[in-house]
Amino acid sequence: MRLGRGALTVALGTLALAAVPPLAAVLAEPFYLDLFTRILIFAIAALSLDLILGYGGMVSFGHAAYLGIGAYSVGILSHYGITDGPLHFAVAVAASALAALAIGAVSLRTSGVYFIMITLAFSQMIYFLGVSLNVYGGDDGMNIVAHSEFGSALDLDNASILYYLVLALLLLFFFVGRRLVASRFGMVIRGVKSNERRMHAIGFPTFRYRLAAFVISGVMCGVAGALLANLTLFVSPSIMHWTRSGEVLMMVIFGGMGSLFGPVLGAVAYLVLEHLLSGFTSHWQAILGPILVLVVLFAKRGIFGIFAGSEEAGRG
Amino acid sequence: MQPLLVLEQGLNGVQFGVMLFLMAAGLTLVFGIMNLINLAHGSLYMIGAYVCAYVFQASGSFVLGIGSALAAAVLVGIVIEVVVFRALYTREHLDQVLATFGLILFFDEMVRIIWGPTALYASVPEFLSGQVEILPGAPFPSYRLAIIVVGLVVALLLYLLVAKTRLGMLIRAGASNRVIVGALGVNVTLLYTFVFALGAALAAFSGLMAGPIFTVESGMGENVLILAFVVIVIGGIGSIRGAFVASLLVGIVDTMGRAFLRPLLATVMAPAAADNAGPALASMLIYILMATVLFFRPQGLFPSRVS
Amino acid sequence: MAEALLAIEGLVKRFGGLTATDQVSLEVPAGELHAVIGPNGAGKTTLIAQLAGELMPDGGAIRFAGENVTRLPTYKRVRRGLARSFQITSVFREFTTLDNVALAVQAQAGHSFRFWRPARAEAALREPARAILEQVGLGARADVPAAILAHGEKRALEIALALAGRPRLLMLDEPMAGMGPEDSARMVRFLSTLRGKLTILLIEHDMDAVFALADRITVLVYGRAIATGTPQAIRSNAEVRQAYLGEETAP
Repeated sequence: MRLGRGALTVALGTLALAAVPPLAAVLAEPFYLDLFTRILIFAIAALSLDLILGYGGMVSFGHAAYLGIGAYSVGILSHYGITDGPLHFAVAVAASALAALAIGAVSLRTSGVYFIMITLAFSQMIYFLGVSLNVYGGDDGMNIVAHSEFGSALDLDNASILYYLVLALLLLFFFVGRRLVASRFGMVIRGVKSNERRMHAIGFPTFRYRLAAFVISGVMCGVAGALLANLTLFVSPSIMHWTRSGEVLMMVIFGGMGSLFGPVLGAVAYLVLEHLLSGFTSHWQAILGPILVLVVLFAKRGIFGIFAGSEEAGRG
Repeated sequence: MQPLLVLEQGLNGVQFGVMLFLMAAGLTLVFGIMNLINLAHGSLYMIGAYVCAYVFQASGSFVLGIGSALAAAVLVGIVIEVVVFRALYTREHLDQVLATFGLILFFDEMVRIIWGPTALYASVPEFLSGQVEILPGAPFPSYRLAIIVVGLVVALLLYLLVAKTRLGMLIRAGASNRVIVGALGVNVTLLYTFVFALGAALAAFSGLMAGPIFTVESGMGENVLILAFVVIVIGGIGSIRGAFVASLLVGIVDTMGRAFLRPLLATVMAPAAADNAGPALASMLIYILMATVLFFRPQGLFPSRVS
Repeated sequence: MAEALLAIEGLVKRFGGLTATDQVSLEVPAGELHAVIGPNGAGKTTLIAQLAGELMPDGGAIRFAGENVTRLPTYKRVRRGLARSFQITSVFREFTTLDNVALAVQAQAGHSFRFWRPARAEAALREPARAILEQVGLGARADVPAAILAHGEKRALEIALALAGRPRLLMLDEPMAGMGPEDSARMVRFLSTLRGKLTILLIEHDMDAVFALADRITVLVYGRAIATGTPQAIRSNAEVRQAYLGEETAP
């Protein structure tokens, strides 16, 4: 019954999202296609964070770094005239995996508030690295000449095709994530969140599993970054600014962590809210800020928790 | 490389270090005692810089600028402590991070609403605008020297407060056992508010001194905040002494790296390559320092006895 | 004579000026139920933490099954058959009782870099876990979240988690802590079923339980092992009576 309801929600959600490009075309509002592509890309980023935050208890405040690394992989290769799509994404995956491995290897030796500060600090390091790379535009960033090329069947110059690619990857990561958290590996990650000392006492070397989860999450987020570069055809250090990490974290909380579905809702809610508020006043952050405070204080279970009202979301 | 230049940059590093210390001290006190991680600490720094620059400009009195900046930051600090943080002390760190992240967005925007989107000009007071000859042939801006002196005095006062006074004893006891402090008949709520106000004043002080050196603009607090985190991580959470040592370390390493890494690299590689690698490496230097310290001492240089 | 399963030689642990473990030597032969008793602050829990690998000793050696394990990390000791339970219940509160034990079974079933198959559908994990729950009397509570178990049930789950790793030596840190007389009696009955099948190092405050169960007893006072012997020998040991048992056992 629960599975039925969950599967139905996902199916309906997918259908609704799949209808966005034709609707945008009918309404002659290409902007909405752009907005929703952006939303789904951030949904991937939020989902990747939920994997380690909601299930592994790792509060990474530096996930924007992987967005940036993914985006710069596309940007830098294009800068040298390399537009091969599979290569773009392979490099994005490899680079974000490598960065997550290095950052995780240091930060996962600590826990709690140290972990938060260290992931934040390392993402700031990557940000400043981007700022100092004058070859690639430094602070101003650089334009990307062309989309990643996947041949004529998957022409990303077509905004709808890019959108469907993003949607397909989101669904893929969602299902992979569901399998992952229910697998032996997932049980270990959740066990660590619940009680790491006991995990040691029953014989788990927890570090390697946490590190693996951290890398998987970083890679998913890196792919989101590569997609973002394809959407905006522009990369600059601002996409890995630390406030971006805070936003992704906020999307997870908005939607409800520890569900993988919640972060998708959270990304929609956060970016739509941002869109509406910014249409209302240019000082929208003065309104958004207090809303965030209120959400944290009073609605911690997130949208998913409110709707599901079930054990699943509350487990965060 | 001339020794005088190294001396000058070293002093710049110390000056940067004491400013970082004033930020980090408040953060680490609040964390050590209330177990609260406060991202909005950078906002108090920003408020200090804005109010001082504005009042100084309007009134012509630097002292009045300092006074009103401290008063404003303490007032704002007390308000957010009472309204938001009291509900957060018992929450997990994730909640604290997110709620204070919301506060940052709010304050950054409020500053833009009040003072406009462009940076505010903060001037150095007349009597500190000159140079002092620290060594024959080595002039150094009096304002920066004043920051070093004032910063060290504040650090000393803070040390005396925490180590020698009854209040300091309560603060230290509060860090190790809040139940006992409560049982002693001390009003813990008031103690927390006081510690928070103290941290706010220190942050504002750091910010108002930074005004004429860096740009006074919305979001200026965040870069310093993250550097203060690096300081705390290196020094050990909750340790004032650790924060002091780490602040100077970070200040000096960062300043020296930016000044000398490029010319240093140019001696071993092509100048063009050094032009690229130098700044990139310099910007990463303190984070590499942090990673190195953590690798050998995951609890920082001066681990707090209470964990 | 073959070496004892667990052999501790001259173990030392200091916390600042305090010597919590002071030259403790101790041997537990296979099959023995060995109790460690001592007044509060005698260093019993510190001793277990060192045996389990959570604390590193400052001196001395721990040998298990003929191997020096003094510097091994916790998980490697568990793999060699040295398991523990905690004095303060430490279970996975968010998981069901069965999930708790299945995870402990999983810990000993090779690496866990298995990403695809749902762990809850794996008979290889669930069946042994169910068997252990039956063994400790929690069979009927398999699908209940651990957080809502009664205290006595949580204590039983605590033991089940340690048993799931099929240990050769089981270290129990005050298994009866906080239990009423009824639960305590049940626990004593359960522990007596393990006798002979398993080597047990038991730390316990409940003297009746200790004297009913133990083959041999070691008395720890201020970090030092002042006596080791059979229950009768310990009862009649003058030093022990004076240091510790005096008030509690004198009729």
